[in-house]
Amino acid sequence: MQEISLTDDRRSLVGEAFRSKSFSLGFLLTGAFIVAAVLSLVWTPYDATAISVAEKLRGPSAAHWLGTDHFGRDILSMIMVGARTSIAVAFVSVGIGIAAGVPLGLWAAARQGSLVDEIIMRANDLVFAFPALLIAILITAVFGPGAVNAIIAIGIFNIPVFARLARGAALTLWTREYIFAARVAGKGAVRISAEHILPNIMNLLIVQGTIQFSLGILADAALSYVGLGAQPPVPSWGRMLADAQTMISLAPHMALFPGAAIVLTVLGLNLMGDGLRDIFDPKLRRSR
Amino acid sequence: MNRLMKLMTTAAILAAASAMTPAFAANTAITVGMVLEPPNLDPTSGAAAAIREVTYANIFQGLTRFDANGAIIPDLAKSWDISPDGLTYTFHLAKGVKFHDGSDFSADDVKFSLDRARAPDSTNAQKGLFADIASVDVADPLTVKVTLKKPNGSFLFNMAWGDAVILSPKSIATEATKPVGTGPFKFVNWVKGDHVELAKFDGYWGAPAKLDKVTFKFISDPSAAFAAVMAGDVDAFPMFPAAETLEQFKSDPRFQVIVGNTEGKTILAMNNGKKPFDNIKVREAVAHAINRKEIIDGAMFGYGTPIGTHFSPQNPDYVDLTGQSNYDPEKSKALLKEAGYPNGFTVSLKLPPPPYARKGGEIIAAELAKVGIKAEISNVEWAQWLEQVFKGKDYDMTIIAHVEPMDLDIYSRDNYYFNYKSDAYKKIMAELSSATEPAKRSELLKQAQKQIADDYVNAFLFQLPKTGVANAKIVGLWKNQPTPANDMSEVYWKD
Repeated sequence: MQEISLTDDRRSLVGEAFRSKSFSLGFLLTGAFIVAAVLSLVWTPYDATAISVAEKLRGPSAAHWLGTDHFGRDILSMIMVGARTSIAVAFVSVGIGIAAGVPLGLWAAARQGSLVDEIIMRANDLVFAFPALLIAILITAVFGPGAVNAIIAIGIFNIPVFARLARGAALTLWTREYIFAARVAGKGAVRISAEHILPNIMNLLIVQGTIQFSLGILADAALSYVGLGAQPPVPSWGRMLADAQTMISLAPHMALFPGAAIVLTVLGLNLMGDGLRDIFDPKLRRSR
Repeated sequence: MNRLMKLMTTAAILAAASAMTPAFAANTAITVGMVLEPPNLDPTSGAAAAIREVTYANIFQGLTRFDANGAIIPDLAKSWDISPDGLTYTFHLAKGVKFHDGSDFSADDVKFSLDRARAPDSTNAQKGLFADIASVDVADPLTVKVTLKKPNGSFLFNMAWGDAVILSPKSIATEATKPVGTGPFKFVNWVKGDHVELAKFDGYWGAPAKLDKVTFKFISDPSAAFAAVMAGDVDAFPMFPAAETLEQFKSDPRFQVIVGNTEGKTILAMNNGKKPFDNIKVREAVAHAINRKEIIDGAMFGYGTPIGTHFSPQNPDYVDLTGQSNYDPEKSKALLKEAGYPNGFTVSLKLPPPPYARKGGEIIAAELAKVGIKAEISNVEWAQWLEQVFKGKDYDMTIIAHVEPMDLDIYSRDNYYFNYKSDAYKKIMAELSSATEPAKRSELLKQAQKQIADDYVNAFLFQLPKTGVANAKIVGLWKNQPTPANDMSEVYWKD
């Protein structure tokens, strides 16, 4: 009986998700870039690193849909491979944030007011107090530029975001009757956090995850723009923009397309996050 | 009401007057853009060309100097006599010369500076310039006698280098941060990472400079350089880093584009002392893997002349050896196989900030990849490059332009960052330094060029052009760069 109602609920959730315009549009945009990134693993129109100076700065044409850059590389291929780098950096760094931040937040909530709680949350405040991008620049400057160091740098700043969110949400749940019931039944703090609290804050984490994902893509673009992200010849959106900067009057398409890629991906992720929040938030749902 | 009107009129006039002053003031000040910041400001103890680009002919002067076309003209020595055997040079110094610290310039300072440069513990980057000096004697306060060990046909040329300038013994300790010379401009201050400021020196002995203030601003990022020139924050950028924007400047009446030559031999340097580049076959393979035209078109937007050896094509003794290291990827692959690297290898490619290196490096890495050599690019800052690559010799490959004129002797130096050691080459250099007969010198210069090309010491890419942008109203900038310098003494704003 209970099983059936749950599946019904889930089905309706998916249906409702796609009735939401912002979610659908966001899903479409994000999906397109993820497909492009995955596709680039097996196929791109041209080799994204193949230089052919004779064909430099060509505008969009049938041969090169999005034109070529100052070395004659195909911009579409570069954007596809760049999507892979950007998405990988953002995905892994959000993963670091969730993997480290959520357990820390749950731990702090379970021991609310204790020394552990204080240490975890003050450490979070400390990380929060630094401008994220500056520290990311510092990290990559010390350990050398590259995609891996960019991931670590961005990932570190995702930890406090998720720790705070998890703690805040968990604290309100710890006062609920079913948690009391679980405690009476003899479950320990770890089991309660994993079995009862985590599933109930999942929706919040997913929404925050999509938003952090888009911020991660922006941070990766910013780092590679200043030359601290993925190193040449691996294409990255940020560096494509940086390279295009002095040629903007000569070949505007060089700046336009990678710029549009960044904007559309970030927009897509934010719309998706917005749509998810509308769906998950029961208050908003009722008011509709 | 009337009073209010009067007040407002006065205020308007005042405002107008104050708005006009900067326009007048700007005509005697200039801001010059440079890509690289000098590590210090003492040209007698540092190899970086940027030091000379700030100080040469502005702060410091030597006995002789280069003019805008590379000819040797008198400077602090207003004339000289050479003994018939070519061993004794008697320099007659200019009268009334003062250092910026107020002390008088005399023959003692010349003796001090030359002796300091050639001392065994000297930190001069070009000690070879002074190697033939046997003694420096003061005849009277305005006459110096320099005796050579053997005749040296290029002694007056050597004395024109930025490394051979005359310093004030009084301020020698602070030369690196507060340079004191005899030139038309005196040092004012240096904001590290941003700019160096010079001001007109009122006690200058020669024709006074036309500008009151010169600021050298350091902008390594090409797009920032472009924006700075466009916005008028920088009035002249003699070695402009974004060649792709030159067309745009040409069509803009506010600017003038000055394209000339430099002595900059741009090379892909290989660490001859380290595997795999200790093998000549590998170096030859690299040379054949590189397509110079593609690099010049891609990184320099067509500005640049291909070179096949470490010598400037403007020089009448230049030998075109580009054919010897022509673009031939098949030959390159075959050579790699012979050298025992059928599947190639992985090396690092360290790139300093100038765009010829950063952009050229991307193209070279792609070209090397085609023959199986994986070059991992790492971009390094200028100070890091000087420290790691130039001083520490900790590199596999790097790209750099050597902008000093006639610097073939660097290949004979034991401790130079190429790690190239060849007795045959050293012999040619030794003969060259004692040869005075022009035909013999020319022959030796050609032999030397041939030798380094035969040994494939480095991959020789192209002669760096001088692509400069300046405000159209600025007059007197050098078209060519016969030596690293931004001589501001004759520069002025017209109208």
